Amino acid sequence: MMTNPVGKITQGQFSFLPELTDAEISLQVEYGLRHGYAWSVEYTDDPHPRNTYWEMFGMPMFDLRDAAGVLLELHNCRKSFPRHYIRLVAFDSTRGVESIVMSFIVQRPASEPGFGLIRREGPGRSVRYTVHGYGSDRPEGERSGG
Amino acid sequence: MSPSLYSIPGSTAGAARAMSATDSSAEALVETEAAQAAAHTVSEVLAQSQAGGVIDELDRDLIGLAPIKARIRDVAALLVIDKLRMNLGLSAAAPSLHMSFTGNPGTGKTTVALRMAQILFRLGYVRKGHLVAVTRDDLVGQYIGHTAPKTKEVLKRAMGGVLFIDEAYYLYRPENERDYGQEAIEILLQVMENQRDDLVVILAGYKDRMEAFFRSNPGMSSRIAHHLDFPDYAPADLLRIAEKLLERQNYRFAAEARTAFEEYLAHRIRQPHFANARSVRNALDRARLRQASRLFADPERVFTADELTTLEADDIRASRVFRAAAVAAEI
Repeated sequence: MMTNPVGKITQGQFSFLPELTDAEISLQVEYGLRHGYAWSVEYTDDPHPRNTYWEMFGMPMFDLRDAAGVLLELHNCRKSFPRHYIRLVAFDSTRGVESIVMSFIVQRPASEPGFGLIRREGPGRSVRYTVHGYGSDRPEGERSGG
Repeated sequence: MSPSLYSIPGSTAGAARAMSATDSSAEALVETEAAQAAAHTVSEVLAQSQAGGVIDELDRDLIGLAPIKARIRDVAALLVIDKLRMNLGLSAAAPSLHMSFTGNPGTGKTTVALRMAQILFRLGYVRKGHLVAVTRDDLVGQYIGHTAPKTKEVLKRAMGGVLFIDEAYYLYRPENERDYGQEAIEILLQVMENQRDDLVVILAGYKDRMEAFFRSNPGMSSRIAHHLDFPDYAPADLLRIAEKLLERQNYRFAAEARTAFEEYLAHRIRQPHFANARSVRNALDRARLRQASRLFADPERVFTADELTTLEADDIRASRVFRAAAVAAEI
């Protein structure tokens, strides 16, 4: 796919970089914990750009002091969903912010089907565009890496 | 999709370095590690970690408890020597530092646990040095499927520090075979074994009941390397504790009050439900109340600082412990 030179889905932070190692992930998590963010682990097999809410793997982790707790949960998630996308999300509860401030993908399926652009003719030669995942026609759980 | 069509400059080893360089604390970490690599004597390691200060503080602040202090010093020595060995490239597995504290009420188990977290942090054994104190209620759930997430959440919070489980024997209830405590124990065991360098677990409780607990959970007992037994305080130690407590609150004993309190302790130790330092603290709190109402009875007087800080013998002798002792003597 020439429009995406890294050959993988690019969402969130660090997505143009090589995959982060666990040591690098824990450095990022530490950074978030120092700022008082609450981390959570989310997974999906439908990484459509408009699919904002991925499935939560357990509760968001408040009151953590060390990245080991987040990594523990991430390993559990990888074990349960070895072929899904997994991302780590940091929530900043500061009054006035109260939203997600960090998010990056930490696991991808071996082969990523990617997306196609669908053009639908409308009245008067107008064209409506939409993005469609090649994998998303298959039922849940069989979409990626099959 | 195909693998990347181009390689990102510095994508292998350089990437990690570039990433940690943007992170100022990671950089600091690398610097301290470099500094520690230079340490070749015990005193150099102690100077870098300030662990010596904590051990001295422990000696100064905690009265009695000689066997406990000796064991803590041993642990600290081992960690310091391990660091020296590491600097010379002699690797050793991180020692298991899970502990059980047994002893009567008020013998300082919680206080020592708190200190333990600081010592281990300064020696670099735990990364954050905080203490998470929990009891059965925080670990064991109310219904099926409630226990595991609850226990895991507590464990995650304690990572990088010390998990202190007070009254740990309550986790196991042999009289109820459907009790969820067993589930919590199993999760705890698994994490204690697999993530030894992420957290230190300290179990505390009364001696006889902890022994029963370990008998019924041999796996737990064998995973705990250090069984520390807290001795009861001698009366002289209790008196020093009392003086220390008063000093911290800007009070002091009058000369006769000190002897009165000594007598008070002699009586109190023989009575039921004596809880060592905790009983001392409660007795002092009640003496403060009596001192306050003694001064309160004199509304027109201007008090000096001396009068406001001094506990008199009458404040102590009004205690019902003396009355009970007098009654017992008559009988």
